[in-house]
Amino acid sequence: MNSVLYRNIMRFILLVGLQVSVLNHINFLGYINPYVYILFIMLFPIKNNRTLFIFLSFLLGLTIDIFSDSGGIHAAACVSIAYVRPVILKFSFGTVYEYQTIKFDTAEFSSKFIYIIIMTVIHHFILFSLEIFNISKVILTFQKTLFSSIFTIILCIMITIIFSRKTK
Amino acid sequence: MQQIINFIIRNKTFLLFLLLFSISLSFTIQSHSYHKSKFINSANFLTGGVYNYVSNANRYFSLKKQNEILTQENNRLKSVLYNSKTKKDFSYIDSLTFNHSYKFTPGIVLKNSYSSTKNVLLINKGVSDSIKQDFGVISSKGIIGIIDNSSKHYSTILSILNTSSKISAQLEKTNHFGTLTWNGVSPYFTQLVDIPKIAPVEVGDTIVTSGRSSIFPKGIPVGTIHDFKLDVAENYYEINIKLFNDMTNIEYVYIIENIDVPEITNLLKSSSNE
Repeated sequence: MNSVLYRNIMRFILLVGLQVSVLNHINFLGYINPYVYILFIMLFPIKNNRTLFIFLSFLLGLTIDIFSDSGGIHAAACVSIAYVRPVILKFSFGTVYEYQTIKFDTAEFSSKFIYIIIMTVIHHFILFSLEIFNISKVILTFQKTLFSSIFTIILCIMITIIFSRKTK
Repeated sequence: MQQIINFIIRNKTFLLFLLLFSISLSFTIQSHSYHKSKFINSANFLTGGVYNYVSNANRYFSLKKQNEILTQENNRLKSVLYNSKTKKDFSYIDSLTFNHSYKFTPGIVLKNSYSSTKNVLLINKGVSDSIKQDFGVISSKGIIGIIDNSSKHYSTILSILNTSSKISAQLEKTNHFGTLTWNGVSPYFTQLVDIPKIAPVEVGDTIVTSGRSSIFPKGIPVGTIHDFKLDVAENYYEINIKLFNDMTNIEYVYIIENIDVPEITNLLKSSSNE
């Protein structure tokens, strides 16, 4: 239990540091930035109580918001995906999730892939709708969501593969 | 009563979600109105310190480029100084009080952003350097933005690349003025609206600040006209301006304080009260 706590605190700090010092300044093709910090929400232990989880997600989003002067858009997006995470877990991992035995390191790649895609797209869509905050620029919203999602998904999968601990 | 408590306990996850979501929404809405983002801004001890470290490391990579920009500016200033026809009276040239209404402070940009629609910059000067809200910020090439929030050592700048930024600007050759806005598309172009149809607008003309807002002095360069069209009502021009500044690469900036602002606001207040 202690190592889980320690690992999550380290993950929080490292991901926020990586996001604000490097990834927020990539601006690929002018405006495409990956938001990899949501890995914290994706990889958070499933067997924990949801109240704490939602609150931590809010804190994570708010930290990113303070660093990037963006009001509360990251906080709102993070809280939303934290709230809907059980539904997405059930959808992408199927019955394995029901028995609460799932481990991200040993899960099948395809279901992990679907899980990351759904979480990222929902997060980015809420993020960019709130950032642009203008119905008449809906095309720009979709465009930013699409391109940033692709970038985020690729990076997230790479990070999970690099840092996964295969116990075979 | 028992039932209400039971209801809260049963739905505590949903209620917490709703509470936190509405808090973040209210922060978001606050940040969309000018000068309202009081709590959530990067001008504080922690974020300013982190960005200071990052910027210290990053600055080495652009030393050569920034040196070139500074040399160019020095060159321009020297050519203006030594070619001016007016007699220079050196008895008051370094006196601070004579006929000065603008005070300049140099600063370094710690965080620059240009990819979102609400871009905010962070600089390393704050209240302890007597930097306050509503001071103008320029670079050697042109206008950058307006100070939004200040902490002790850091300040945030509302960039001209922010959809809620509105700055008065005019044509250089005539006095027709309009409002400088941004449509959120390209960091190299901003838009000037409300220029009357009668104004002689041509592609390539220079746009400067108008000095009407008492934030910027008159004549700070903004950019050149890239293209223009009449608006829907066909009374005003909508002009696309190519900025002189490369907003994606800013390091050294100057903060402008207008010393006459208290006098001007007092005067305006007293005349509006009558």
